[in-house]
Amino acid sequence: MIPRRKKRLAMVLSLVVGVGIAMTFILLALSKNVDLFYTPSQMLEGEHKPQVGQRLRVGGMVVEGSVKRDANTLEVEFLVTDTGPTVKVLYQGILPDLFREGQGIVAQGVLQEGNVVKATEVLAKHDEEYMPPELAEAMKGIKHVNPNSNEAYTKPPSGGN
Amino acid sequence: MAFSSVTEFFAMGGYGFYVWLSYGVTAAALLALVWHGRMVRKQLHQAAQQQAQRQQRLARRQQQQQENR
Amino acid sequence: MWRWLHPYAKGEASYHLLGRWLPWLTASALLVLLIGIGWGLVFAPPDYQQGDSYRIIFIHVPSAMLSMGTYTGMAIAALVALVWQIRTAEWSIAAIAPVGAVLTFISLLTGAAWGKPMWGTWWEWDARMTSQLILLFLYLGVLALYHAFSDNRTGAKAASILALVGVVNIPIIHFSVYWWNSLHQGATITKFAKPSMPPEMYIPLFVCIFGFMLMTAAFITQRLRHEILRQELHRPWVQQLLVGAKVKEQ
Repeated sequence: MIPRRKKRLAMVLSLVVGVGIAMTFILLALSKNVDLFYTPSQMLEGEHKPQVGQRLRVGGMVVEGSVKRDANTLEVEFLVTDTGPTVKVLYQGILPDLFREGQGIVAQGVLQEGNVVKATEVLAKHDEEYMPPELAEAMKGIKHVNPNSNEAYTKPPSGGN
Repeated sequence: MAFSSVTEFFAMGGYGFYVWLSYGVTAAALLALVWHGRMVRKQLHQAAQQQAQRQQRLARRQQQQQENR
Repeated sequence: MWRWLHPYAKGEASYHLLGRWLPWLTASALLVLLIGIGWGLVFAPPDYQQGDSYRIIFIHVPSAMLSMGTYTGMAIAALVALVWQIRTAEWSIAAIAPVGAVLTFISLLTGAAWGKPMWGTWWEWDARMTSQLILLFLYLGVLALYHAFSDNRTGAKAASILALVGVVNIPIIHFSVYWWNSLHQGATITKFAKPSMPPEMYIPLFVCIFGFMLMTAAFITQRLRHEILRQELHRPWVQQLLVGAKVKEQ
Protein backbone atom coordinates (compact mmCIF):
# COMPACT_ATOMS: atom_id res chain seq x y z
CA MET A 1 0.00 0.00 0.00
CA ILE A 2 1.10 3.53 -0.69
CA PRO A 3 2.44 5.08 2.57
CA ARG A 4 -0.03 7.95 2.26
CA ARG A 5 -2.94 5.51 2.16
CA LYS A 6 -1.47 3.53 5.01
CA LYS A 7 -1.34 6.68 7.09
CA ARG A 8 -4.93 7.55 6.24
CA LEU A 9 -6.09 4.03 7.04
CA ALA A 10 -4.34 4.15 10.42
CA MET A 11 -5.87 7.54 11.20
CA VAL A 12 -9.36 6.50 10.22
CA LEU A 13 -9.23 3.19 12.08
CA SER A 14 -7.83 4.78 15.22
CA LEU A 15 -10.67 7.31 15.08
CA VAL A 16 -13.24 4.51 15.00
CA VAL A 17 -11.48 2.53 17.74
CA GLY A 18 -11.19 5.68 19.83
CA VAL A 19 -14.87 6.50 19.53
CA GLY A 20 -15.69 2.86 20.27
CA ILE A 21 -13.65 2.91 23.47
CA ALA A 22 -15.17 6.25 24.51
CA MET A 23 -18.67 4.88 23.93
CA THR A 24 -17.85 1.76 25.96
CA PHE A 25 -16.79 3.89 28.93
CA ILE A 26 -19.82 6.15 28.63
CA LEU A 27 -22.21 3.21 28.47
CA LEU A 28 -20.47 1.43 31.36
CA ALA A 29 -20.77 4.59 33.44
CA LEU A 30 -24.41 4.97 32.48
CA SER A 31 -25.26 1.28 32.60
CA LYS A 32 -27.64 1.65 35.54
CA ASN A 33 -29.45 4.47 33.80
CA VAL A 34 -29.73 2.59 30.52
CA ASP A 35 -31.62 -0.22 32.25
CA LEU A 36 -35.28 0.32 31.66
CA PHE A 37 -36.36 -1.26 34.93
CA TYR A 38 -35.31 -2.79 38.25
CA THR A 39 -35.66 -6.52 38.64
CA PRO A 40 -37.11 -7.56 42.02
CA SER A 41 -33.64 -8.83 43.02
CA GLN A 42 -32.06 -5.48 42.18
CA MET A 43 -34.81 -3.74 44.14
CA LEU A 44 -34.45 -5.78 47.30
CA GLU A 45 -30.87 -6.99 47.25
CA GLY A 46 -29.09 -4.77 44.75
CA GLU A 47 -26.48 -2.09 45.34
CA HIS A 48 -28.74 0.83 44.49
CA LYS A 49 -31.90 0.07 46.38
CA PRO A 50 -34.78 2.39 45.52
CA GLN A 51 -36.37 4.50 48.27
CA VAL A 52 -39.97 4.26 49.39
CA GLY A 53 -41.93 6.90 47.50
CA GLN A 54 -39.60 6.75 44.50
CA ARG A 55 -41.04 6.45 41.02
CA LEU A 56 -39.59 3.40 39.35
CA ARG A 57 -40.16 0.58 36.94
CA VAL A 58 -40.05 -3.00 38.05
CA GLY A 59 -39.76 -5.84 35.58
CA GLY A 60 -40.05 -9.58 36.00
CA MET A 61 -42.26 -12.61 35.65
CA VAL A 62 -45.83 -12.65 36.91
CA VAL A 63 -45.93 -15.41 39.55
CA GLU A 64 -48.26 -18.28 38.60
CA GLY A 65 -51.52 -18.16 40.50
CA SER A 66 -50.82 -14.75 42.04
CA VAL A 67 -53.13 -12.67 39.88
CA LYS A 68 -56.21 -11.49 41.75
CA ARG A 69 -58.70 -9.42 39.83
CA ASP A 70 -61.82 -7.70 40.99
CA ALA A 71 -64.67 -8.97 38.83
CA ASN A 72 -66.41 -5.58 38.73
CA THR A 73 -63.63 -3.00 38.55
CA LEU A 74 -60.37 -3.04 36.68
CA GLU A 75 -58.41 -3.41 39.91
CA VAL A 76 -55.78 -6.11 39.78
CA GLU A 77 -52.89 -7.24 41.95
CA PHE A 78 -50.14 -9.72 41.27
CA LEU A 79 -46.65 -10.74 42.36
CA VAL A 80 -43.58 -10.18 40.18
CA THR A 81 -40.39 -12.18 40.58
CA ASP A 82 -37.14 -12.91 38.79
CA THR A 83 -34.82 -15.30 40.60
CA GLY A 84 -35.91 -15.13 44.22
CA PRO A 85 -37.60 -12.18 45.90
CA THR A 86 -41.07 -11.07 44.88
CA VAL A 87 -42.63 -7.65 44.65
CA LYS A 88 -46.35 -7.00 44.75
CA VAL A 89 -47.87 -4.80 42.06
CA LEU A 90 -51.21 -3.03 42.47
CA TYR A 91 -52.77 -1.70 39.31
CA GLN A 92 -56.03 -0.32 38.05
CA GLY A 93 -56.54 -0.16 34.32
CA ILE A 94 -56.40 -2.05 31.07
CA LEU A 95 -53.76 -4.75 30.94
CA PRO A 96 -51.82 -5.24 27.70
CA ASP A 97 -53.06 -8.15 25.61
CA LEU A 98 -49.95 -10.19 26.29
CA PHE A 99 -50.41 -10.15 30.07
CA ARG A 100 -50.49 -13.66 31.42
CA GLU A 101 -49.25 -15.55 34.47
CA GLY A 102 -45.67 -16.56 33.81
CA GLN A 103 -45.32 -13.66 31.38
CA GLY A 104 -42.65 -10.98 31.68
CA ILE A 105 -44.03 -7.54 32.51
CA VAL A 106 -42.71 -4.08 33.30
CA ALA A 107 -44.75 -2.00 35.75
CA GLN A 108 -44.18 1.69 36.30
CA GLY A 109 -45.30 3.25 39.54
CA VAL A 110 -44.41 4.42 43.01
CA LEU A 111 -42.70 2.20 45.56
CA GLN A 112 -44.62 1.85 48.80
CA GLU A 113 -43.91 0.23 52.17
CA GLY A 114 -43.52 -3.53 52.16
CA ASN A 115 -42.21 -4.03 48.63
CA VAL A 116 -45.44 -2.93 47.01
CA VAL A 117 -45.48 -0.95 43.79
CA LYS A 118 -48.60 1.03 43.05
CA ALA A 119 -48.44 0.99 39.28
CA THR A 120 -49.78 3.58 36.89
CA GLU A 121 -48.79 1.59 33.83
CA VAL A 122 -48.24 -2.10 33.16
CA LEU A 123 -46.38 -3.15 30.01
CA ALA A 124 -45.96 -6.71 28.81
CA LYS A 125 -42.63 -8.07 27.65
CA HIS A 126 -42.60 -11.02 25.36
CA ASP A 127 -39.97 -13.56 24.50
CA GLU A 128 -38.55 -14.24 21.07
CA GLU A 129 -40.56 -17.43 20.65
CA TYR A 130 -43.42 -17.65 18.23
CA MET A 131 -45.62 -20.66 17.57
CA PRO A 132 -49.08 -21.53 16.34
CA PRO A 133 -51.76 -21.82 19.09
CA GLU A 134 -52.27 -25.58 18.68
CA LEU A 135 -48.55 -26.25 19.03
CA ALA A 136 -48.28 -24.05 22.12
CA GLU A 137 -51.18 -25.83 23.77
CA ALA A 138 -49.68 -29.22 23.01
CA MET A 139 -46.13 -28.32 24.01
CA LYS A 140 -46.54 -25.96 26.91
CA GLY A 141 -50.14 -26.38 27.97
CA ILE A 142 -50.57 -22.65 27.51
CA LYS A 143 -53.82 -21.35 26.20
CA HIS A 144 -53.70 -17.60 25.90
CA VAL A 145 -56.77 -15.69 27.01
CA ASN A 146 -57.12 -11.95 26.61
CA PRO A 147 -56.43 -10.62 30.14
CA ASN A 148 -59.21 -8.05 29.93
CA SER A 149 -61.89 -10.54 28.99
CA ASN A 150 -64.40 -11.49 31.67
CA GLU A 151 -63.34 -15.10 32.05
CA ALA A 152 -59.71 -14.18 32.81
CA TYR A 153 -58.51 -14.43 36.43
CA THR A 154 -61.94 -14.10 38.01
CA LYS A 155 -62.37 -17.86 38.37
CA PRO A 156 -60.58 -19.65 41.21
CA PRO A 157 -56.88 -20.29 40.41
CA SER A 158 -57.44 -24.06 40.05
CA GLY A 159 -59.15 -23.37 36.74
CA GLY A 160 -55.85 -22.31 35.24
CA ASN A 161 -55.64 -19.10 33.30
CA MET B 1 -54.99 -20.47 4.98
CA ALA B 2 -55.20 -18.84 8.38
CA PHE B 3 -58.47 -17.03 7.74
CA SER B 4 -61.85 -18.37 6.72
CA SER B 5 -63.28 -15.18 5.22
CA VAL B 6 -62.18 -11.86 3.77
CA THR B 7 -63.76 -9.94 6.66
CA GLU B 8 -61.78 -12.05 9.11
CA PHE B 9 -58.62 -11.34 7.11
CA PHE B 10 -59.14 -7.59 7.33
CA ALA B 11 -60.02 -7.80 11.03
CA MET B 12 -56.68 -9.59 11.76
CA GLY B 13 -58.11 -11.10 14.93
CA GLY B 14 -58.96 -7.66 16.31
CA TYR B 15 -55.52 -6.22 15.50
CA GLY B 16 -56.53 -4.94 12.05
CA PHE B 17 -55.80 -1.31 12.88
CA TYR B 18 -52.22 -1.97 13.97
CA VAL B 19 -51.39 -4.50 11.24
CA TRP B 20 -52.80 -2.39 8.42
CA LEU B 21 -51.28 0.76 9.88
CA SER B 22 -47.86 -0.93 9.73
CA TYR B 23 -48.30 -2.24 6.21
CA GLY B 24 -49.86 1.02 5.03
CA VAL B 25 -47.08 3.23 6.36
CA THR B 26 -44.45 0.85 4.97
CA ALA B 27 -46.04 0.99 1.52
CA ALA B 28 -46.33 4.79 1.72
CA ALA B 29 -42.69 5.20 2.77
CA LEU B 30 -41.45 2.94 -0.03
CA LEU B 31 -43.63 4.70 -2.60
CA ALA B 32 -42.26 8.03 -1.39
CA LEU B 33 -38.75 6.69 -2.00
CA VAL B 34 -39.73 5.64 -5.55
CA TRP B 35 -41.38 9.02 -6.17
CA HIS B 36 -38.33 10.88 -4.90
CA GLY B 37 -36.11 8.85 -7.23
CA ARG B 38 -38.28 9.90 -10.17
CA MET B 39 -38.06 13.55 -9.07
CA VAL B 40 -34.28 13.36 -8.94
CA ARG B 41 -34.25 11.91 -12.44
CA LYS B 42 -36.49 14.69 -13.72
CA GLN B 43 -34.28 17.35 -12.12
CA LEU B 44 -31.22 15.76 -13.71
CA HIS B 45 -32.87 16.02 -17.11
CA GLN B 46 -33.65 19.68 -16.53
CA ALA B 47 -30.15 20.44 -15.32
CA ALA B 48 -28.61 18.69 -18.31
CA GLN B 49 -30.90 20.57 -20.68
CA GLN B 50 -29.99 23.90 -19.13
CA GLN B 51 -26.33 23.08 -19.41
CA ALA B 52 -26.72 22.08 -23.06
CA GLN B 53 -28.50 25.35 -23.84
CA ARG B 54 -25.81 27.33 -22.08
CA GLN B 55 -23.15 25.58 -24.12
CA GLN B 56 -25.07 26.23 -27.30
CA ARG B 57 -25.31 29.95 -26.49
CA LEU B 58 -21.64 30.05 -25.66
CA ALA B 59 -20.70 28.35 -28.92
CA ARG B 60 -22.90 30.74 -30.92
CA ARG B 61 -21.35 33.76 -29.26
CA GLN B 62 -17.85 32.52 -29.95
CA GLN B 63 -18.82 31.94 -33.56
CA GLN B 64 -20.20 35.50 -33.81
CA GLN B 65 -17.09 36.95 -32.25
CA GLN B 66 -14.95 35.12 -34.77
CA GLU B 67 -17.13 36.35 -37.65
CA ASN B 68 -16.99 39.95 -36.39
CA ARG B 69 -13.26 39.88 -36.21
CA MET C 1 -14.26 -5.34 -6.33
CA TRP C 2 -13.72 -1.59 -6.11
CA ARG C 3 -10.88 -1.77 -8.57
CA TRP C 4 -13.12 -2.46 -11.52
CA LEU C 5 -15.73 -0.01 -10.36
CA HIS C 6 -12.95 2.37 -9.56
CA PRO C 7 -11.83 4.75 -12.22
CA TYR C 8 -13.84 7.83 -12.55
CA ALA C 9 -13.26 7.85 -16.22
CA LYS C 10 -15.51 4.80 -16.10
CA GLY C 11 -18.55 6.47 -14.60
CA GLU C 12 -20.27 5.77 -17.87
CA ALA C 13 -19.41 2.06 -17.74
CA SER C 14 -20.66 1.72 -14.13
CA TYR C 15 -23.82 3.59 -15.04
CA HIS C 16 -24.64 1.19 -17.83
CA LEU C 17 -23.61 -1.90 -15.87
CA LEU C 18 -25.89 -0.90 -12.97
CA GLY C 19 -28.58 -0.15 -15.52
CA ARG C 20 -28.41 -3.71 -16.78
CA TRP C 21 -28.92 -5.07 -13.25
CA LEU C 22 -31.71 -2.72 -12.26
CA PRO C 23 -34.71 -4.22 -14.10
CA TRP C 24 -33.83 -7.72 -12.88
CA LEU C 25 -33.40 -6.53 -9.31
CA THR C 26 -36.68 -4.61 -9.39
CA ALA C 27 -38.66 -7.45 -10.94
CA SER C 28 -37.29 -10.12 -8.60
CA ALA C 29 -37.73 -7.84 -5.55
CA LEU C 30 -41.40 -7.27 -6.40
CA LEU C 31 -41.98 -10.96 -7.03
CA VAL C 32 -40.24 -12.18 -3.86
CA LEU C 33 -41.89 -9.51 -1.70
CA LEU C 34 -45.31 -10.36 -3.09
CA ILE C 35 -44.79 -14.05 -2.29
CA GLY C 36 -43.33 -13.38 1.17
CA ILE C 37 -45.87 -10.80 2.31
CA GLY C 38 -48.80 -12.77 0.89
CA TRP C 39 -47.57 -15.92 2.59
CA GLY C 40 -47.02 -14.13 5.87
CA LEU C 41 -50.32 -12.29 5.88
CA VAL C 42 -52.61 -15.01 4.61
CA PHE C 43 -51.09 -18.45 5.04
CA ALA C 44 -48.81 -18.36 8.09
CA PRO C 45 -50.55 -19.51 11.28
CA PRO C 46 -51.30 -16.98 14.04
CA ASP C 47 -49.09 -16.85 17.14
CA TYR C 48 -50.32 -18.44 20.37
CA GLN C 49 -49.86 -15.27 22.41
CA GLN C 50 -49.96 -12.43 19.94
CA GLY C 51 -52.62 -13.72 17.59
CA ASP C 52 -52.55 -12.02 14.21
CA SER C 53 -50.74 -8.91 15.43
CA TYR C 54 -47.41 -10.74 15.06
CA ARG C 55 -47.86 -10.54 11.26
CA ILE C 56 -46.16 -7.14 11.55
CA ILE C 57 -42.96 -9.18 11.95
CA PHE C 58 -42.89 -9.80 8.20
CA ILE C 59 -41.95 -6.17 7.60
CA HIS C 60 -40.54 -5.19 11.00
CA VAL C 61 -37.71 -7.73 11.13
CA PRO C 62 -36.59 -7.38 7.47
CA SER C 63 -36.57 -3.58 7.65
CA ALA C 64 -34.71 -3.56 10.97
CA MET C 65 -32.12 -6.10 9.77
CA LEU C 66 -31.53 -4.26 6.52
CA SER C 67 -31.36 -0.86 8.20
CA MET C 68 -28.33 -2.19 10.09
CA GLY C 69 -26.94 -4.09 7.09
CA THR C 70 -27.07 -1.08 4.79
CA TYR C 71 -25.45 1.04 7.48
CA THR C 72 -22.56 -1.41 7.68
CA GLY C 73 -22.30 -1.30 3.89
CA MET C 74 -22.29 2.48 3.98
CA ALA C 75 -19.57 2.51 6.65
CA ILE C 76 -17.41 0.22 4.49
CA ALA C 77 -17.97 2.52 1.51
CA ALA C 78 -16.99 5.43 3.78
CA LEU C 79 -13.76 3.66 4.78
CA VAL C 80 -12.91 3.01 1.12
CA ALA C 81 -13.79 6.60 0.26
CA LEU C 82 -11.57 8.01 3.01
CA VAL C 83 -8.56 5.75 2.56
CA TRP C 84 -8.51 4.97 -1.16
CA GLN C 85 -10.41 8.11 -2.17
CA ILE C 86 -12.45 6.29 -4.78
CA ARG C 87 -15.24 8.47 -6.04
CA THR C 88 -17.70 5.64 -6.67
CA ALA C 89 -17.41 4.78 -2.98
CA GLU C 90 -18.17 8.40 -2.06
CA TRP C 91 -21.19 8.39 -4.30
CA SER C 92 -22.53 5.15 -2.89
CA ILE C 93 -22.74 6.86 0.52
CA ALA C 94 -25.20 9.29 -1.01
CA ALA C 95 -27.03 6.39 -2.65
CA ILE C 96 -27.29 4.26 0.51
CA ALA C 97 -28.16 6.87 3.16
CA PRO C 98 -31.72 7.77 2.03
CA VAL C 99 -32.64 4.12 1.52
CA GLY C 100 -31.27 3.21 4.95
CA ALA C 101 -33.12 6.11 6.55
CA VAL C 102 -36.42 4.92 5.09
CA LEU C 103 -35.75 1.35 6.25
CA THR C 104 -34.96 2.60 9.76
CA PHE C 105 -38.10 4.73 9.77
CA ILE C 106 -40.18 1.70 8.73
CA SER C 107 -38.65 -0.46 11.47
CA LEU C 108 -39.37 2.20 14.12
CA LEU C 109 -42.91 2.78 12.97
CA THR C 110 -43.88 -0.87 12.59
CA GLY C 111 -42.28 -1.48 15.99
CA ALA C 112 -44.47 1.22 17.53
CA ALA C 113 -47.62 -0.13 15.89
CA TRP C 114 -46.73 -3.57 17.18
CA GLY C 115 -45.75 -2.41 20.64
CA LYS C 116 -49.01 -0.61 21.30
CA PRO C 117 -51.29 -3.68 21.28
CA MET C 118 -48.71 -6.14 22.65
CA TRP C 119 -46.61 -4.29 25.20
CA GLY C 120 -49.16 -1.57 25.91
CA THR C 121 -47.07 1.36 24.68
CA TRP C 122 -46.18 2.97 21.35
CA TRP C 123 -42.76 4.02 22.53
CA GLU C 124 -40.50 3.46 25.50
CA TRP C 125 -37.01 4.89 25.93
CA ASP C 126 -35.48 1.46 26.15
CA ALA C 127 -31.99 0.72 24.89
CA ARG C 128 -33.04 -1.03 21.67
CA MET C 129 -35.51 1.60 20.55
CA THR C 130 -33.32 4.53 21.52
CA SER C 131 -30.29 3.15 19.67
CA GLN C 132 -32.43 2.46 16.60
CA LEU C 133 -33.66 6.07 16.72
CA ILE C 134 -30.03 7.18 16.87
CA LEU C 135 -29.45 5.11 13.72
CA LEU C 136 -32.13 7.15 11.95
CA PHE C 137 -30.43 10.38 13.04
CA LEU C 138 -27.07 9.03 11.85
CA TYR C 139 -28.49 8.35 8.40
CA LEU C 140 -30.07 11.80 8.26
CA GLY C 141 -26.83 13.39 9.51
CA VAL C 142 -24.75 11.62 6.86
CA LEU C 143 -27.21 12.73 4.19
CA ALA C 144 -27.25 16.32 5.42
CA LEU C 145 -23.44 16.53 5.62
CA TYR C 146 -23.04 15.05 2.16
CA HIS C 147 -25.16 17.77 0.62
CA ALA C 148 -24.16 20.59 2.99
CA PHE C 149 -21.04 21.73 1.13
CA SER C 150 -20.86 23.43 -2.24
CA ASP C 151 -17.75 21.37 -2.88
CA ASN C 152 -18.90 17.79 -3.37
CA ARG C 153 -15.71 16.19 -2.17
CA THR C 154 -15.63 18.10 1.11
CA GLY C 155 -19.21 17.02 1.77
CA ALA C 156 -18.40 13.43 0.91
CA LYS C 157 -15.44 13.47 3.27
CA ALA C 158 -17.43 14.90 6.16
CA ALA C 159 -20.27 12.43 5.56
CA SER C 160 -17.77 9.55 5.39
CA ILE C 161 -16.28 10.41 8.76
CA LEU C 162 -19.70 10.55 10.42
CA ALA C 163 -20.80 7.32 8.72
CA LEU C 164 -17.64 5.55 9.86
CA VAL C 165 -17.74 6.80 13.45
CA GLY C 166 -21.46 5.98 13.68
CA VAL C 167 -20.74 2.33 13.03
CA VAL C 168 -20.13 1.82 16.77
CA ASN C 169 -23.91 2.16 17.14
CA ILE C 170 -24.50 -1.06 15.17
CA PRO C 171 -23.25 -3.52 17.82
CA ILE C 172 -25.00 -1.40 20.45
CA ILE C 173 -28.33 -1.87 18.65
CA HIS C 174 -27.77 -5.58 18.26
CA PHE C 175 -26.63 -6.34 21.79
CA SER C 176 -28.74 -3.72 23.62
CA VAL C 177 -31.37 -6.30 24.51
CA TYR C 178 -28.75 -8.56 26.09
CA TRP C 179 -26.63 -5.93 27.84
CA TRP C 180 -29.46 -4.06 29.54
CA ASN C 181 -32.92 -4.68 30.89
CA SER C 182 -35.12 -3.69 28.02
CA LEU C 183 -38.70 -4.01 26.92
CA HIS C 184 -37.70 -5.39 23.54
CA GLN C 185 -37.07 -9.14 23.42
CA GLY C 186 -33.99 -10.89 22.07
CA ALA C 187 -33.45 -11.86 18.46
CA THR C 188 -35.73 -14.52 17.01
CA ILE C 189 -33.45 -15.37 14.14
CA THR C 190 -29.69 -15.22 14.22
CA LYS C 191 -27.11 -16.70 11.90
CA PHE C 192 -25.86 -19.14 14.47
CA ALA C 193 -28.91 -20.67 16.08
CA LYS C 194 -32.10 -22.33 15.01
CA PRO C 195 -34.88 -19.76 14.89
CA SER C 196 -37.30 -19.74 17.84
CA MET C 197 -40.15 -20.23 15.41
CA PRO C 198 -41.66 -23.14 13.53
CA PRO C 199 -40.92 -23.40 9.78
CA GLU C 200 -44.40 -22.32 8.72
CA MET C 201 -43.54 -18.95 10.27
CA TYR C 202 -39.84 -18.58 9.55
CA ILE C 203 -39.93 -19.62 5.92
CA PRO C 204 -42.20 -16.71 4.91
CA LEU C 205 -40.10 -14.47 7.17
CA PHE C 206 -36.93 -15.50 5.33
CA VAL C 207 -38.68 -14.92 2.00
CA CYS C 208 -39.59 -11.42 3.18
CA ILE C 209 -36.04 -10.73 4.34
CA PHE C 210 -34.72 -11.85 0.95
CA GLY C 211 -37.33 -9.68 -0.79
CA PHE C 212 -36.30 -6.66 1.28
CA MET C 213 -32.65 -7.34 0.38
CA LEU C 214 -33.45 -7.34 -3.33
CA MET C 215 -35.60 -4.23 -2.96
CA THR C 216 -32.86 -2.42 -1.03
CA ALA C 217 -30.33 -3.41 -3.68
CA ALA C 218 -32.65 -2.08 -6.40
CA PHE C 219 -33.16 1.24 -4.61
CA ILE C 220 -29.43 1.68 -4.00
CA THR C 221 -28.61 0.79 -7.62
CA GLN C 222 -31.11 3.33 -8.90
CA ARG C 223 -29.79 6.03 -6.60
CA LEU C 224 -26.15 5.29 -7.38
CA ARG C 225 -26.94 5.71 -11.09
CA HIS C 226 -28.53 9.07 -10.37
CA GLU C 227 -25.55 10.14 -8.30
CA ILE C 228 -23.18 9.18 -11.13
CA LEU C 229 -25.22 11.34 -13.51
CA ARG C 230 -25.34 14.21 -11.03
CA GLN C 231 -21.60 14.16 -10.48
CA GLU C 232 -20.70 13.86 -14.16
CA LEU C 233 -23.39 16.19 -15.45
CA HIS C 234 -20.87 18.28 -17.35
CA ARG C 235 -19.43 15.32 -19.21
CA PRO C 236 -20.41 14.74 -22.83
CA TRP C 237 -21.75 11.22 -22.27
CA VAL C 238 -24.26 12.45 -19.69
CA GLN C 239 -25.29 15.35 -21.91
CA GLN C 240 -25.84 12.96 -24.75
CA LEU C 241 -27.78 10.55 -22.54
CA LEU C 242 -30.07 13.12 -20.94
CA VAL C 243 -30.52 15.71 -23.65
CA GLY C 244 -30.27 13.42 -26.66
CA ALA C 245 -28.64 13.83 -30.01
CA LYS C 246 -28.95 17.65 -29.99
CA VAL C 247 -25.62 18.09 -28.28
CA LYS C 248 -23.87 15.89 -30.75
CA GLU C 249 -24.48 18.33 -33.59
CA GLN C 250 -22.53 21.00 -31.77
